Formats: sequence, structure tokens, C-alpha cells
Amino acid sequence: MENRSLNLLDEALGLDYQTDPWPLRGKVVLIEDCVETSGCFVLHQLLKRTLSSQSPNNTVIFLAFSHPLSHYDRILRKLGCNLVAQRENGRFFFFDMLKLLCPDEKEGKTGKGGFTALYWKIQNTICALPENNKNHATIMIDDMSLMEVAAHGSSDHVLNFMHYCHTLTSELGCSLITLNHEDIYTSMERPTFMLQTKYLVDVLIKAEPLATGLAADVHGQLTVLNRDFCNVKGSSKNKISNFHFKVKENSVEYFYPGTRT
Amino acid sequence: MAATKTRISSFSRNISAVSAPQLPGIKCGPNGTFFVSSGIPDLDKILGGGFPLGSLVMIMEDAEAPHHMLLLRNFMSQGLVQNQPLLYASPAKDPRGFLGTLPCPSSSKDDKSRNHDTEQEKGLRIAWQYKKYFSENQKNIDDHKDSNQEFCNDFDLRKPLEKHFYSGQRVDCVSIKDSPNLATLHDRCATFLAQFPRNDGSFSCMGRIAIQSLCAPQCELSKMDWDMLSFIRSLKSMLRSANAVAIITFPSSLLSPSFCKRWQHMADVLLSVKAIPDEDKELGKLLTGYQDMVGFLNVHKIARINTQVPMILEATTFSIKLHKRRFLVLECLNQAPIDGSSGTSYGTSGGCSGSSRSGALDF
Repeated sequence: MENRSLNLLDEALGLDYQTDPWPLRGKVVLIEDCVETSGCFVLHQLLKRTLSSQSPNNTVIFLAFSHPLSHYDRILRKLGCNLVAQRENGRFFFFDMLKLLCPDEKEGKTGKGGFTALYWKIQNTICALPENNKNHATIMIDDMSLMEVAAHGSSDHVLNFMHYCHTLTSELGCSLITLNHEDIYTSMERPTFMLQTKYLVDVLIKAEPLATGLAADVHGQLTVLNRDFCNVKGSSKNKISNFHFKVKENSVEYFYPGTRT
Repeated sequence: MAATKTRISSFSRNISAVSAPQLPGIKCGPNGTFFVSSGIPDLDKILGGGFPLGSLVMIMEDAEAPHHMLLLRNFMSQGLVQNQPLLYASPAKDPRGFLGTLPCPSSSKDDKSRNHDTEQEKGLRIAWQYKKYFSENQKNIDDHKDSNQEFCNDFDLRKPLEKHFYSGQRVDCVSIKDSPNLATLHDRCATFLAQFPRNDGSFSCMGRIAIQSLCAPQCELSKMDWDMLSFIRSLKSMLRSANAVAIITFPSSLLSPSFCKRWQHMADVLLSVKAIPDEDKELGKLLTGYQDMVGFLNVHKIARINTQVPMILEATTFSIKLHKRRFLVLECLNQAPIDGSSGTSYGTSGGCSGSSRSGALDF
């Protein structure tokens, strides 16, 4: 069990040292990607790790804005994780948000509209969990930029939602894992939404294409910034790791630049 | 190394293994997806089979040249030839008039391949003792060929499509000019897509949506960035549960950079077209066959439905050429060898279609 294959991403996230308590517990993770390199695979990896058998108390609440369940089910099955079975076991909750629209204009002052309801749904789901699992819930959002679209551009509503979810992380020890597209905000003068979400973040994972262009062997590079990363000796500091990756159907290969044979 | 090559080969194996779906114009792809032809054989090859069913294709227009119309026309014609219903939206006053400019499938190629088949049969007759072994294979190959022919036609850009293909009820045209918002277009798309619900495995029908120049100035949607985004998002979510493919072309230069990125993130397949500057002598020296090129096609994103593995192409820029001034052909860019440097011709290996290198290397 201990010498299960660890990869560089696990190491960078500190998933190698312990499985109990879950290292990402109470943390906010943000995955950033761009048009050229999708960061979805990191989300899949984390979903798989969270639901894996080593941590039987973990529960995932997945808010899907960009893909339906069938898409994730197929991918995760190839990674060795059956989402449908996990859903039946009550460890995986899939909220299909593909068609969610926030009716904030019609409802006038009530504001957050759809997001308020969504937050309550999440909170109720967590409260209904068995006592052991309550503090081990993970909320995953697969595309924050689409949340903004759903809110019709009022990113304040999305930020409010994020803050509410953030309180869950500090109160109940949930973790929050989100994906966003960085390149949308780079051309903005004052990307408030981006800066505010980054402020909440404990772990930042950035997927970028290689500077040298496309390659069949290397799909891109990951930069992981882990704030208050605790190592074995107990001292904490920021940790930055940088490595390349190659995505496969059933796994992802991580390696340091130039170490591939 | 040759990721695209291997993928293509495994893909073609899939076709023979899985029985072809009943509907012409659809073929099986990896990961439980189905492909629909783009109407350009080369583009299908580049994308690993075609546009996946249920995907949203976006094409970034070049403000200086209407090359996106070439792609749009072939896409629409391909659907009409295969009897697939079509929804076409454009900022023109009379979108139906555009249907008159659609290209017609060429017949010459069919004839040729048919002749070829009969020749093959003759050859088999000589080896009569092996016939029983061959007959099954031969049937398979024939099926294969037939389905391929029906899957994607070669379109003759100089011959207009016969009227009976688009005069029926199957074509729905919407003008998005002067419409106050996108609600009408959204409703039309929703009713159109409701005809093709997706039940796993069975295909009764599939449809195509082509939306031209969604954010063009004449649509007067320029102040409605978020409306357009939510329209695209909702169209995408409807497509995921329908047997249909949608193409949206948009002039990316009219959008603000951050919104342009948002649009690009929405796309499953993202392409862009570019005009070739006239008489660019330096470029002419650099690229072989420069005279025949009409433009460039860039492949930015290939659909990743039901999989997390990206498809890495050997080259992402292709030249758009008109073969015999009739057929749309996409070719890898071939750099002419530069004097004094040996073996630097890059990109010649990716053979999407046979192209002659004029600067021959002497060994």
C-alpha cells in the first residue's frame, strides 16, 4: 500500500506522505490552463485519487459545467475508477450544471438566484453525509469561466459563491478543487475575478504548452505552487515544482525536463 | 513520435471491427464517439476521422478573405447530399440565397473507383481456388469503400448543388440580421435539435447546424457579449445530448481578446483560416507551391470527447489549395530546401495528400 506508484504531481501536492488525514483537506486548489493545453486531466487525476480506496471517507461533489457525466464516466473508468458505482455508494455526487442559468435579472433583488440554490444543495448534501465522511468532502468545479457565463457576466455572484464554498473548507474541512482558464484574464486590465480567486487558493496548478512548440512526446508542463507545504520535518514553506507531462488514456506520465529516454 | 499516424491506423481498424452504423455519413470513432464528415476529405483525415457527433466546431474568420465560407459550404453540402436536415443562420438578409452557391459532389471519382473495383474482381477470378477465402474479405473491403464514399464526397466548387437537395423541408434558414437578441435563433436551434435525441447506439437521423459570422457587426449584437456566450454554451449543452454537429464561424478580430479566448474555450474543434498576402515574395521563396495556395488553415484544437488524451498533429498549419480549380485540398506546408543547409526541410513527412516537392534533393 505504501509503495504504490507515486508520481511527481502527487509529490508536489504532498499526497505521498500520508493518507490520513487527507493532505488536501481544508485546502483550495486551483487548476489553470489555456486553449492550447487543457488542464482537465489534473482534475481527473485528483478525482481518482480522492475516490481511491486508500481514503474510504472521502466524498466528492462534482459540479459539471462543461461536460456531461458520460464523458467523465468513460475517462475515469479507463483510469480505474467507476463513477457510477461510487455514486451508488454515496461517495460521488454529480450535479449536472450544463444548462444552469442564473435567473438573476428576472428575480430582481434576490441576486444570486441559481447559485444560492446551488450552494444550499451542496451544503445539504454535505450535511446529509454520514458522520465519518462529513469532514472529508471535496467540491470540484470543472469550469469556473462557464460559471461566469451562467451568471451572465456578473462575476461577483460567482465570487460570492466561491466565498461561501470557502467557508465550508474552513468550517467543515472540505476541500475545493476548481478549474479555470488563465488566458481569458491575461488581456484584462484588472482581472478582479482571477485575483480574488487566486487569493483564496492554497495550491495552484498551472498547465501550459511547451515554449518550444508542439511535441508528440511531451504534452505540456505543469507548475505546482503549494503554499504552506508541510514536509516530513514539519517545517512549512512555499514549494514550487515544475515538470513535464504526457497524458495517456489510463495514466499521466510526469517527468522532469530532459529526463525522458 | 508518429502519434497521428498510429492513431489513424488504429482508427481505421475500428471501422472494420465495429459494424458500421446504419446511417450513411456516420462512422465509428474511438471512445464511443461517432464521426461526421466535414465535407473535405483532407480535413477529415487531419482531424482523425471528421467532426465528432455532438461537438461544436468553431472557425475563426479572417477579416480579409472569405475562406471560412469554403469550409462552411462543403460542410453544408455534405449534409444535404446525405439527406441530413440542416439549419443555416447567417447575417444576410436572405440566407436561402446562399444555398444556391453550395458545391455539388463530383461524379468522376466514383466512376473511376467503380472501374477499379471491377478490375480487382477480374484479378480475383484468376485465382479461383482462393476465391472462397477472398470473398469475405472482398465484401468487407467493398463495404468499407462504399461507406467511405458515402461518408465524404469530393465537392466540385464550380458546379452548383442540384436544387432538389435543398428545396425540400429539410433546410431551415434563419437570418440573424436585425434580430434584437439571440432568443429566436436559440429557439430555432432548440426545436431543430429536438428532432435528433440521442439514444445510445441507434441512429434514426442526424442534423447539421451552420451559423455564419455570429458576431458580425450587422447582427448588432456587439454589446451583448455575455448573451452570445450563453447562447453558445446552451447550444453546446444541447448538442451533447443530440445527434448533430454545429459549426459557428466568427470574426475573432471583432471580439475583445478576453472574450475571444472565452469563445475559443467553448469550441470542441477550433480552426482558423487566413488569407495569403498577394505577391509576398519572401514567403513565395520559402514555400513550395506558393502560387496554388489560396489560404492557410490552422488547427488549434481537436475534439476531446470521452477522452483526456490530446491529439497531437505533426503540423497545425495547412495550405488551402484548389485542385484543378475545382476541389478543395489541404496540404502540409512544404518548405523549399534552403541552399547550403542539408536536411532542414521540415514538415514534409506529414502526408495528408500527395504533394510534389519542386526543390528536389539530389543524393
